[in-house]
Amino acid sequence: MPPIIKVTGLSKKFRDIIAVDDLSFSVPENCIYGFLGQNGAGKSTTIRMLLTLVKPDSGEIEIFGKKLPEARTEVLQQTGALIEKPDLYKYLTAYENLKLFARLSGIKPGRRELLAQLEHVGLADRANDPINGFSQGMKQRLGIAVALVNDPQLVILDEPVNGLDPQGIADIRNLVLRLKTEWKKTIVISSHLLNEIELIADRMLIINKGKKVVEGKVAELLSPETQQVELITTNLQKTAELIRAGEWAPHLTETQADKLLLNMRRDSIPAFTTAMAEQGAEIISIRPRHNLEDYFLKLTGH
Amino acid sequence: MFFQLLRIELFKIFKRPRTFIAFGAVAVIVFLVQFALKTNGAEFVELFVSSQEDTFEIPKDKMLNGFFVCVTILHTILIHVPLLVALISGDMISGESAGGTLRILCAKPVKRSTIILSKFSASVIYLALLLIWMALLSLVVSILIFGTNDLFVFKATSLYQMEAGDVWWRFFMGFVFATLALTVVIALSLMLSTFSENSIGPIVATVCIVIVFTIVQQLEVPVFRETVTPWLFTTHMLGWKGFFYINATAEGKSIWGSIENPGSIVKSAVILCGYIVLFLGLAIRHLNKKDILS
Repeated sequence: MPPIIKVTGLSKKFRDIIAVDDLSFSVPENCIYGFLGQNGAGKSTTIRMLLTLVKPDSGEIEIFGKKLPEARTEVLQQTGALIEKPDLYKYLTAYENLKLFARLSGIKPGRRELLAQLEHVGLADRANDPINGFSQGMKQRLGIAVALVNDPQLVILDEPVNGLDPQGIADIRNLVLRLKTEWKKTIVISSHLLNEIELIADRMLIINKGKKVVEGKVAELLSPETQQVELITTNLQKTAELIRAGEWAPHLTETQADKLLLNMRRDSIPAFTTAMAEQGAEIISIRPRHNLEDYFLKLTGH
Repeated sequence: MFFQLLRIELFKIFKRPRTFIAFGAVAVIVFLVQFALKTNGAEFVELFVSSQEDTFEIPKDKMLNGFFVCVTILHTILIHVPLLVALISGDMISGESAGGTLRILCAKPVKRSTIILSKFSASVIYLALLLIWMALLSLVVSILIFGTNDLFVFKATSLYQMEAGDVWWRFFMGFVFATLALTVVIALSLMLSTFSENSIGPIVATVCIVIVFTIVQQLEVPVFRETVTPWLFTTHMLGWKGFFYINATAEGKSIWGSIENPGSIVKSAVILCGYIVLFLGLAIRHLNKKDILS
């Protein structure tokens, strides 16, 4: 199957600063493609080049097998994007914003369809409110509704969880997973948080100073070496006592007010979870924590 | 797609409270002038005619009528309308840039040139509505208050008299010409708007350019008068006045339907159109080349 996005030798310079340097990658169909890098690594510039907002100095971009910028209109008709902050027209309501961007995408959905789109992102009951009073999370969800309004085949989300609270982050994560599984979309999602990408992406590309560091399947790239694990249960104190009393005691590194931190191999997590459940701990969530900076250092051998 | 975009732009313009500031300002100025002339109209007319009473026999009682009041209002207002127009058109691209919506707009399957042309057209429609509003208040309401009669217009040492029936089309053409003249301001501020990431800059820059050009044009010194002034758009923006300068027979009787210098009006219109094309071309060229980083 040909890739949805094929980027070859892409470079962009702003005055003397190299933003993107000879970048090549491919995004397969119906996949969540994580695009990782620290702030200023060149993620947004690359995404803007995919959307024809920024002109590359060199290199080629093909989306749906069509070259940019020549096939710009055709490609953008099948693409939806949330680019950094979800800035929309503040003096318009959520419904008016969605309707306006639907028209800009060349489609004329009816009121019922637009309300259904707002329902998908949990904003149907706020449809007629001006977005001036919306929280960051609500704006972000409306931004995603705008990105999806033309039912695009390709969805590009640039830092969609920036500035969101944990519940907001979880909502976006679930929505992205549904986009892939239920609506069969291809999603490119950029972030500087490795954890976020690890939880949802099938493949990932890590860039640093505009250059590719590594690209591949998430499961293959993240090794089963010892890493920090974050555990949240209904009763943290009781769980901490349970751990200290048993064979997992050496793994517990820190007890915080809202979570416990442990160090263990990735492939030990299932056995640990089972042991805790058998001993009566009610686990709300358990997840490995990666520090992107550490991961870079590991990859670059420093 | 152009008409779809045009509808969207008009929807956005008329959803914003600032749009109606201009309509309110025009209403206030017009009513102030009408109130002043209703109260002290005789003194105002006296001021006009006192220097020329030796030359002409002026029927002062006929002068203060709705047409005269309208011309007076146009002289007062039209010089300030560029600011009211720039408030909308100067914000067209830079406002989107500052608000972060330009990147969403430009990531949609719409040509950037279509974005410029639709914003330009929406601003022209806004301007036309503003001038229609101005015409309704300054012409129709003034006629209701002051009635109709022959129109007297002064130009330096000349006095032009037009019969009431010969005036309507002159007002219509005057407003059409004013629309063309102010469209230059729209094109200028839209062009400046593509260079800026904040809303205020292009609005202030447009007003500054209009002020500087107007000052240069009013400095009646040869170094400007022969070289620069004939090419300034502000010089030609006053072309609407030409429709109120009428030819007369050898006996000094006004010739119905005539214009003293039609060539000058046409020349002004052509130069103004040239400016519109130039500014719009630069706006499209710049937005097409621009990396959208906001």
